[in-house]
Amino acid sequence: MSAPATSIKGRAFGDHVLLALVILLSIVMIAPVLWVIGLSLKDNAELMADPNSVFHAPYTLKNYINTVGTSSVFIWVRNSIIVSGGLTLGTLILSSLAGYGFARLNFPGRDVLFVIVLFGLAVPEQAVLVARHQIFSMLKFHNTYQGLILPGLSAPFGVFLMTQYFKAIPKELDEAAMLDNASRLRIFWKVLLPLTLPAQATLGIFTFLGAWNDYFWPLISATRKDMFTLTVGMASTQTNFAQSEGIGFLMAQAVFAGAPILIVYLFFQKYIVTAVSGAAVR
Amino acid sequence: MADRLAMSPTATLAVGVRAPTADIYAPQWRNFIFVAPFLFFFTTLLLFPLLWGMWLSFHKADTFSSGNFVGLGNYARLYHDKVFLQSIWNTFYFVLLTVPTLALIGLFLALCLNRRTRTAAVLRTLFFSSSVLSVTIVTLIWRIVFIPNVGLLSTIYGWFGATAPAFISDPSLAMVGIAIATIWWCIGLPMMLFLSALQQIPQDIYEAAALDNANRWQTLRSITLPSIKRTFILVIIIQIVLQFQLFGQAWLMTRGGPNNLTKPIVLYIYDTAFRRWDLGLGAAASEILFILILVAAMAQYLVTRSRGDQA
Repeated sequence: MSAPATSIKGRAFGDHVLLALVILLSIVMIAPVLWVIGLSLKDNAELMADPNSVFHAPYTLKNYINTVGTSSVFIWVRNSIIVSGGLTLGTLILSSLAGYGFARLNFPGRDVLFVIVLFGLAVPEQAVLVARHQIFSMLKFHNTYQGLILPGLSAPFGVFLMTQYFKAIPKELDEAAMLDNASRLRIFWKVLLPLTLPAQATLGIFTFLGAWNDYFWPLISATRKDMFTLTVGMASTQTNFAQSEGIGFLMAQAVFAGAPILIVYLFFQKYIVTAVSGAAVR
Repeated sequence: MADRLAMSPTATLAVGVRAPTADIYAPQWRNFIFVAPFLFFFTTLLLFPLLWGMWLSFHKADTFSSGNFVGLGNYARLYHDKVFLQSIWNTFYFVLLTVPTLALIGLFLALCLNRRTRTAAVLRTLFFSSSVLSVTIVTLIWRIVFIPNVGLLSTIYGWFGATAPAFISDPSLAMVGIAIATIWWCIGLPMMLFLSALQQIPQDIYEAAALDNANRWQTLRSITLPSIKRTFILVIIIQIVLQFQLFGQAWLMTRGGPNNLTKPIVLYIYDTAFRRWDLGLGAAASEILFILILVAAMAQYLVTRSRGDQA
């Protein structure tokens, strides 16, 4: 591309150094994961005797069979799916409606309200947790699905994203429909919403991933084992590290919990990267 | 119907077809219905708790009662609480360990992987992949790296007959261990932000530089780096806001120990409010955190806004 052939030798040397560094960093990225997978395939007694036994047979699927058979992982996965799915659906609905409202319609106090919503973007979760926890105690919402889902619906990011997106759609589209005397709801539903599908995908994936990986709120709200989300449940088994079930079992559980999200990532990579970087810059 | 008749200035100026379209942009109460559902949750679960949290911070409160007014008592207690002061220091120390490293490694990776080869694409995928994992899995992975006996690190050191540094139990290394796990977890975002900034640099500048026989170092120093200066600042601020909220890694890897040396502010809030149920004190601590994060968020807003102006 840009190669003046002045110092090919020095250049090749520099390239090798950079390549070596990138390879080194890649190894740092991969090695811990391979280690975890390796341990998950080993018998616990053998591991304790010599960790180097990871590098040779016999390997066993016993830890995975135990994971599927005995741990509560399935209940936690179910809870995580309900919570993340519910929150994603709710966020998409609320954000699309509000985004359309703020971008296209006018009502008294609109601009002031929008500024207040924008201010909400700067409020960290920790600033509202204590009061939120007290409110939910009074409503008896802890250890329920609504207790885990509802707080996420107050996050302003989706509204901000959808408002920007609706604003970018040419006004001529809905004005034409308006002239045909279509109702606002119809225009929103039939004309504009289909155009926002890419934004819906981005927001949906971002919300789902955030809810799936959320740790703090589920930790303080779901205290009963059968209401744990996957993140909290996995954390609860970590506390008795290296005892009881054994390292291999814990590692199998980690692989079991981590693999699906990594596979999803490989398929939806483009959307996930856009969603995460977009949310950071906002 | 009255507001339908009240024409806006544009409507009076426009002729024929334009008139009805100008009319629809006049303020109408019924339009409020579209934003009402979101505003309901926003008000009850964000604004109200925010204000209530401030109010709580002036009270001695537990789970079910809001207790007695103590004025600035909770803040005074924080000021004299060695553990809280330690947690502020710990948080800053952690930010100092992680943020510059994340920015520099992220920039390095972006510069190396900003090309259209298949290998570069695979490596980009690899370096971002850890970001989709939950904190629970990340800490599980890194504890199994750091743990004595069966840990990856101690196994590698064992090959050379050496003893691995105790990244979790050694007081001077525990925070470094948490920082390493965090950098591993979070490296994807800075890399991606730098990559998208690099792709926005116009190619013709590079072509001009190539014609002037500029070498790679000169090109990097006088074209690439100045063009992404703003992104660099943005990455730093975003990471400060994110890393300031350290909680899961510290809680799961060290429980804040040894000796509270890895206890960050958020863990202090968790301990105070949700384990000792001293909600007033916990609320006061979260107000302090809120102010610290607000400052960083303001800086971010100013940086992003000025970028918008320039574009």
